[in-house]
Amino acid sequence: MSFFEVLTIIIPSTLLTAAPLIFTSLGGVFSERSGVVNIGLEGLMAVGAFTAAISTLGLEHAGLGDASPWIAIIIAAIAGGIFSLIHAVVSISFRADQTVSGVALNFLAAGLTIFLVKMIYDGKGQTPYITHNIDKISIPGLAKIPFIGPIFFQQVTYTSYLAILVSVLVWFIIFKTPFGLRLRSVGEHPAAADTLGINVSKMRYIGVALSGVFGGIGGAVYLVTITSNYNVTTIAGQGFLALAALVFGKWHPIGAMGASMFFGFAQALSITGQQIPYLDRLPSVVMLTAPYVLTLIVLTGFVGRAEAPKADGVPYIKGQR
Amino acid sequence: MSYAIEMRNIRKEFPGIVANDDITLQVQEGEIHALFGENGAGKSTLMNVLFGLYQPDQGEIYVHGKKEFINDPNDAARLGIGMVHQHFMLIDKFTVAENIILGREPKKHGALDMAKAVKIVKELSERYGLDVDPNKKVEDITVGMQQRVEILKTLYRGSDILIFDEPTAVLTPLEIKELIEIMKRLVGEGKSIILITHKLKEIFESCDRCTVIRRGKNIDTVAISDTNPSDLASMMVGRKVNIQVNNAPYDPKEKVLEIEHLNVLDSRKVDVIKDLNLTVHGGEILGIAGVDGNGQTELIEAIAGLRKVKDGSIKINNDDVTNQKTRKIIEAGLGYIPEDRQKHGLVLDFSVGENMVLQTYYKKPYAQAGILHNKVITKKAKQLIQEFDVRTPSEKTLARSLSGGNQQKVIVAREVDRSPQLLIAAQPTRGLDIGAIEFIHGKLIEEKKKGKAVLLVSFELDEILHLSDRIAVIYEGHIIDIVNPKETDENELGLLMAGRKKGGNEA
Repeated sequence: MSFFEVLTIIIPSTLLTAAPLIFTSLGGVFSERSGVVNIGLEGLMAVGAFTAAISTLGLEHAGLGDASPWIAIIIAAIAGGIFSLIHAVVSISFRADQTVSGVALNFLAAGLTIFLVKMIYDGKGQTPYITHNIDKISIPGLAKIPFIGPIFFQQVTYTSYLAILVSVLVWFIIFKTPFGLRLRSVGEHPAAADTLGINVSKMRYIGVALSGVFGGIGGAVYLVTITSNYNVTTIAGQGFLALAALVFGKWHPIGAMGASMFFGFAQALSITGQQIPYLDRLPSVVMLTAPYVLTLIVLTGFVGRAEAPKADGVPYIKGQR
Repeated sequence: MSYAIEMRNIRKEFPGIVANDDITLQVQEGEIHALFGENGAGKSTLMNVLFGLYQPDQGEIYVHGKKEFINDPNDAARLGIGMVHQHFMLIDKFTVAENIILGREPKKHGALDMAKAVKIVKELSERYGLDVDPNKKVEDITVGMQQRVEILKTLYRGSDILIFDEPTAVLTPLEIKELIEIMKRLVGEGKSIILITHKLKEIFESCDRCTVIRRGKNIDTVAISDTNPSDLASMMVGRKVNIQVNNAPYDPKEKVLEIEHLNVLDSRKVDVIKDLNLTVHGGEILGIAGVDGNGQTELIEAIAGLRKVKDGSIKINNDDVTNQKTRKIIEAGLGYIPEDRQKHGLVLDFSVGENMVLQTYYKKPYAQAGILHNKVITKKAKQLIQEFDVRTPSEKTLARSLSGGNQQKVIVAREVDRSPQLLIAAQPTRGLDIGAIEFIHGKLIEEKKKGKAVLLVSFELDEILHLSDRIAVIYEGHIIDIVNPKETDENELGLLMAGRKKGGNEA
């Protein structure tokens, strides 16, 4: 197998697995830039994936066909946004510990989604498979470009490109708009923002809600492009990978996207390793643990001093010295 | 006649305390009006009421003669009231321009228009003579420039009434001079200024009138031309105060601190202490004078074992403590009142009592077999609180919630009580009011009388001149000269601090 052929396997696979991570880590960017740590990304993905599964099934049943998974992603975004408000209320209005609140969100999501699955599907532990996935396709025209086409434009999903576009959009919003400036100001120095008439709580609520929306999208994309049904193992660690990508990407949207790509690449390696010469001789357990081992190595060795927003994780209390 | 600001009969209560009790403040158009009082007298509360951060329980506010209700900082901004905060409200990672426009951003097609923002900031800074670089990040500029950014923030919002909350606490003498000129220029442009302060010198250099408050009550409003520093000080404290505590006679004993050929690197690995020699004797206060950044901080840190010594030796009582662990140095006889009381002096989220045993907690009687004896600690804390007049509700109160002066007293109590042979006092009275300064100066002199060695580092030349038995001037990391305070003055010191030796030679 030539190197070129290896690329045609591994890059489309990277793009596919990275997309959910990109969306979710972008959600983390919004939340943490506003000063609220969001460990709950995992739970938000679970809610998104669950919502996407039952919505797609419902929409298919209603005869919406190929539009079903796309509409389901939107519904999942809304569900994620609403679910994240629990975290917002607890950590912003009641100033509870944000780490604990985020962990609670994860437990709640895991328990609640499976409970609902059992309730809806007569005690079964998983949803049926959706029939209208967002499929891997070859992009007409672009896929024909020699060399680049087969690597970047065959066997891909539109969601991957959407994820990359959205990262650029998020970068623009956070760094080039008044809204972004204000969002970052409450994450760095809420008291300063407050004296300039910026509503700290409101900005943080928006930050957390957006993390819910994006986490929901991330989970939904994972479901409609990769797993096609929801069960207790569907979301198992992806949210934490997205969180790691956020830190690895230094709380920067483009950085988070790049880091997600890296983790996507690591996962793609473990999935496609069996088809790749030399790697196929390694025990499969090595390939399966590779993404997580790489994550550890990267986070400890290569990130350097990652600087979180200064007030990240600190509740804002007016007038405290 | 209408006032720029008139606050009538303001009352503000907090649980258990009346912070403002029937206070009236009248600020004329175009004047610099001092609001003078001790820490905790209620100055900040009153200004927070004016700025809309607190609502008064009683009383009325008139702005340019019109009755107004100020519910939040937005209302205050709308009425042209701007505040230059004591602890700068600046975002370190934002640029100067971003900090200034935050909340009222110029826009182009919905996006930030940073080019326009930079242009506006440049225009403002030129108009008012406030030199700033709009594109620099706040974390990279000097404290003086940060303050100018704070002033520009208020001007950008069109403020014509500016509140300066203890603006000189963080400034060097030169920056203070510049600030006073800036304030005068602003008044010349038609602004009115309220200056919150407890420093007499500034009031007499800059203000037209002064309102004195004490323990939440109005004492008087006087024209500066009709009063003098000692009257004003007495008015503030409520009793006769010594602006200068009487020093004790100079009676040097054996060497306590001996520094020879010391070389130290700073955080950027640049030589910052170069071949420094210094001796401090028991029974003397040695003052170190110098412009900020000439190695004072690093020198103290090296003595305290907080910074690695590259070369040379430091001895305390003939004990070589060079590059020893801090605990060893403390046990060798060091007491240390650090420069930044909040960062290095206290654990802010520990109680007053816990802070008082930070160096001794592991020893008997405070601990036995690795377990703290809270009863003993509490008893000790109570005794120190009494002895050092720390105004705190109890020894269990968090250090964070004390005023600056009382925080400093906690540190002084802890350090002095251990009766160290060598006491380093770095900027011991920075930001403190007259009462607290008097107290701390008294304690330093007491230590000297007991025959201890005191190393005093301060940017306040008055303090150095008054307390020291000898003054060592530090310049670019070495001692350029040692002078007798009785035979020198601010001018000579100023020249030395700028690196010029007697006779006009460049050092």
